[in-house]
Amino acid sequence: MRADRSRLPEVGPDPAFTFPRIVRHTLANGLDVRTVEHHTVPVVSCVLQIEGGTGADPRAQEGLAAITADMVDEGTGALSAIEVSEGFARIGAEYDIDVGADATVFSVTMLSRFATRGASLLADIVVRPSLRESDFDRVRQLRLDRLRQLKDVPAAVAERAFLRLMYGAHPYGHLAIGTDAALRALRLDQIAAFHAATFRPERATLILAGPLSHDELLALADATFSAWTGHAPHAPHPDAAETEPGTPAARLAVVARAGAAQSELRIGHLAARRSTPDYSALLVMNAVLGGQFVSRINLRLREEKGYTYGARTGFDWRRGLAPFSLQASVHTAATADAIRDSLAEFAAIRGARPPSETEMMLAKASLTRGYPRHFETAPHVARSIAQLALYDLPDSYFEEFIPRITAVETADVVRVAERYVDPARAVTLIVGDHQAIADSLPALGLGEALLLPADV
Amino acid sequence: MLAVDPVTLPFAKLTLANGLDVVVHEDHHVPIVAVNVWYHVGSKNERPGLTGFAHLFEHLMFEGSEHHDSGYFPPLQRAGALLNGSTNTDRTNYWEVVPTSALDLALWMESDRMGYLLPALTEQRFQTQRDVVLNERRQNYENRPYGLAVMAITAALYPPDHPYHWLTIGAADDIRAMRLADVQNFFRTYYHPANASLALAGDIDTERAFDLVESYFGELPGGRRPDPVQASAALAREGRLVLEDRVELPRVYMAWHSPAMFREGDAEMDLVADLLANGKTSRLYRTLVYEQRVAVDVSAYQNSRELAGFFLLVATAAPGRPLSDIAALMDLELRQVAESGPSEDEMERGRAQTEAHFMYRLQTVGGFGGKSDQLNAYNVLRGDPGFFAADLARYRDATRESVRDAARRVLGVDRRAVLSVIPRGQHALALPDSEPVSVS
Repeated sequence: MRADRSRLPEVGPDPAFTFPRIVRHTLANGLDVRTVEHHTVPVVSCVLQIEGGTGADPRAQEGLAAITADMVDEGTGALSAIEVSEGFARIGAEYDIDVGADATVFSVTMLSRFATRGASLLADIVVRPSLRESDFDRVRQLRLDRLRQLKDVPAAVAERAFLRLMYGAHPYGHLAIGTDAALRALRLDQIAAFHAATFRPERATLILAGPLSHDELLALADATFSAWTGHAPHAPHPDAAETEPGTPAARLAVVARAGAAQSELRIGHLAARRSTPDYSALLVMNAVLGGQFVSRINLRLREEKGYTYGARTGFDWRRGLAPFSLQASVHTAATADAIRDSLAEFAAIRGARPPSETEMMLAKASLTRGYPRHFETAPHVARSIAQLALYDLPDSYFEEFIPRITAVETADVVRVAERYVDPARAVTLIVGDHQAIADSLPALGLGEALLLPADV
Repeated sequence: MLAVDPVTLPFAKLTLANGLDVVVHEDHHVPIVAVNVWYHVGSKNERPGLTGFAHLFEHLMFEGSEHHDSGYFPPLQRAGALLNGSTNTDRTNYWEVVPTSALDLALWMESDRMGYLLPALTEQRFQTQRDVVLNERRQNYENRPYGLAVMAITAALYPPDHPYHWLTIGAADDIRAMRLADVQNFFRTYYHPANASLALAGDIDTERAFDLVESYFGELPGGRRPDPVQASAALAREGRLVLEDRVELPRVYMAWHSPAMFREGDAEMDLVADLLANGKTSRLYRTLVYEQRVAVDVSAYQNSRELAGFFLLVATAAPGRPLSDIAALMDLELRQVAESGPSEDEMERGRAQTEAHFMYRLQTVGGFGGKSDQLNAYNVLRGDPGFFAADLARYRDATRESVRDAARRVLGVDRRAVLSVIPRGQHALALPDSEPVSVS
């Protein structure tokens, strides 16, 4: 039988899906443990999330949280850095660190039969890192060298300058890796103090996901992490989430990169906290405006104009005020036009061109119908649960996600766009060939361009 | 104590009358199905002067087909799909991961562009995607530190008419010179069922999967399977090159011809790459970065490909440290491996990592590297979707001696391409006797 090509096949009703059931426990030391049974392949994911990320870096110590996390696997007890690495390698485990704005996340993925060995080693290094001077010296030097290399990476230069522009001196206003001056001034005792104050069981969440029962997963947590106690009095961090950022110094800024083939663009401003009741509406708004391949901005800049390989918008969610921004790398000759088109799209969704029925349907369906695939692997599930812990979201969050998105209406999208996406407030940053584009910038009406160095 | 689970990737295969291979793997954990199509065409099928073709073509496959004459993304994203495509030297792949309820849609879309692309391919769409690709090239190669190095390496390893001489992204001038008529011929030659393989993995019953595929793809005319590409290359001596770039720290690349994918010594060279430069436990990380601190990073990679492989060793100098120090330490270790091979300890570690990574590869049904992609890789490049277990066995069967012998055969210090990438205007930082190259 030949297929009917006169129209696209109907998509059937959404298949039933049971979201993972989370069981919570609190160990005697205060560690929040969450377990999930995930019966597919014999792989266990162990994720340890500790409150305190780049936003916890004290002023003039930018990079402290990240280098502390980096120092954790540099040795514990009698084990050297090489031997720790060997310990993970011998069981084929994958060890990963992610230092975010509000939290530091350690994860180990391993075969089920090595779960105890992997989790024990993670506990050893996180709880009792050696923090040796010689390792610190090497790790710091590698980070300084990395910072130096990042000056040639347009996306990294843009990220760094954009955070600085939006947040100024606010604790969120720097990359995790920090700054050259702060890294050079850091001492090992500051790392030890940060570790003692931050790496404490009552500030952490341990998530275990894998093909074991809740009881077995809890026993694993207890066997490996129950000996963890805080050693030093708990010194309060600067609370980035509670600090109010200032106002950006300019609406247009340029980091000059002579002869660059493209301009790396960032356009946006601080917008909302992850806890905002408008979260669902903002996700739908972003999906219409720039969050997906088929969103307005990518269709305009890439598919219609060919200015770029791709343009995206999004929220870089945090507990505190998070930025909404557009990211794209555009052909140098198209720089001003791409900025103009982007700001025009920012403006249009606020009312002049509200989302059509089709756009609303597409945005919502893509968010909801694709949702179950985020629960395919144990590491995916564990990381999703870490997000619940980070933002104090209930265990019922996954089940509530689809109904909440479905309930968003066009008027909600327009309302949140008006409130949270403002072309008049947006900061535009260009990392590119300043000489080549300078003449085209005044016509944008964004005022005098602020010139920034690559390592602002 | 948990039992050791077997590492397997079960499947069923059939070939339609038009030559399309269909491979199905059932996994009912999540209500999603991965659809994955491989066309056995890549930049190796291009000719000098027409490079970048296979990849530009991949972009055009997302612009619409006869019965759906608009963008490929909207109907699928509306159904909750994730989708993408990629091109390399040997093959082009396209995939969707869809909710089970949207499998018909995905098969309709894939079959329509396999059979009916050209009526929708307009000059306008072609020209826009040509600009997009030029921007992709700027973003990923021209405007990226060290972004042109591999271009210089492959140009040094392979003579100008060898199909691996150019990168898949192609030369900018070639991309600008392309004509719509060339694109149409390319489609007719390479995009048809007899040159494709379709894998479905996920929440689908095998019999139903075969029926659905027959109903959407069975009507498409088969084509002539293109002749295999033949080519060979060898280096007779060490060639030293230097490339200036917008970088802060000098970097050295060493490259050798190595076994093609799945050939004798290929798995061994993977293990050599791991023991030389994968992770802190590797020999060169330990020497260069951890102990002597002459480098800030080091990596090694056995680049297995269909016609031939190349082995790449790369290290970036620490500030103020000469590349010659790094190269000397690398050579010392290369000789050591060729002479004595790995220790039993290193073999054990390598085996543990391989076992674990084969298991990790079984976690996802779709996307790049998911189970559907692996089934297609084995089917297209080995003619056997069931090669997963044999693939793992290649690593299990490696011995200290076989690894040593492979290293000895491949890693001769007197027949390799050595490239110094240095900050602009600082020629003194290159390895001695390096010849300037320019790529763009």
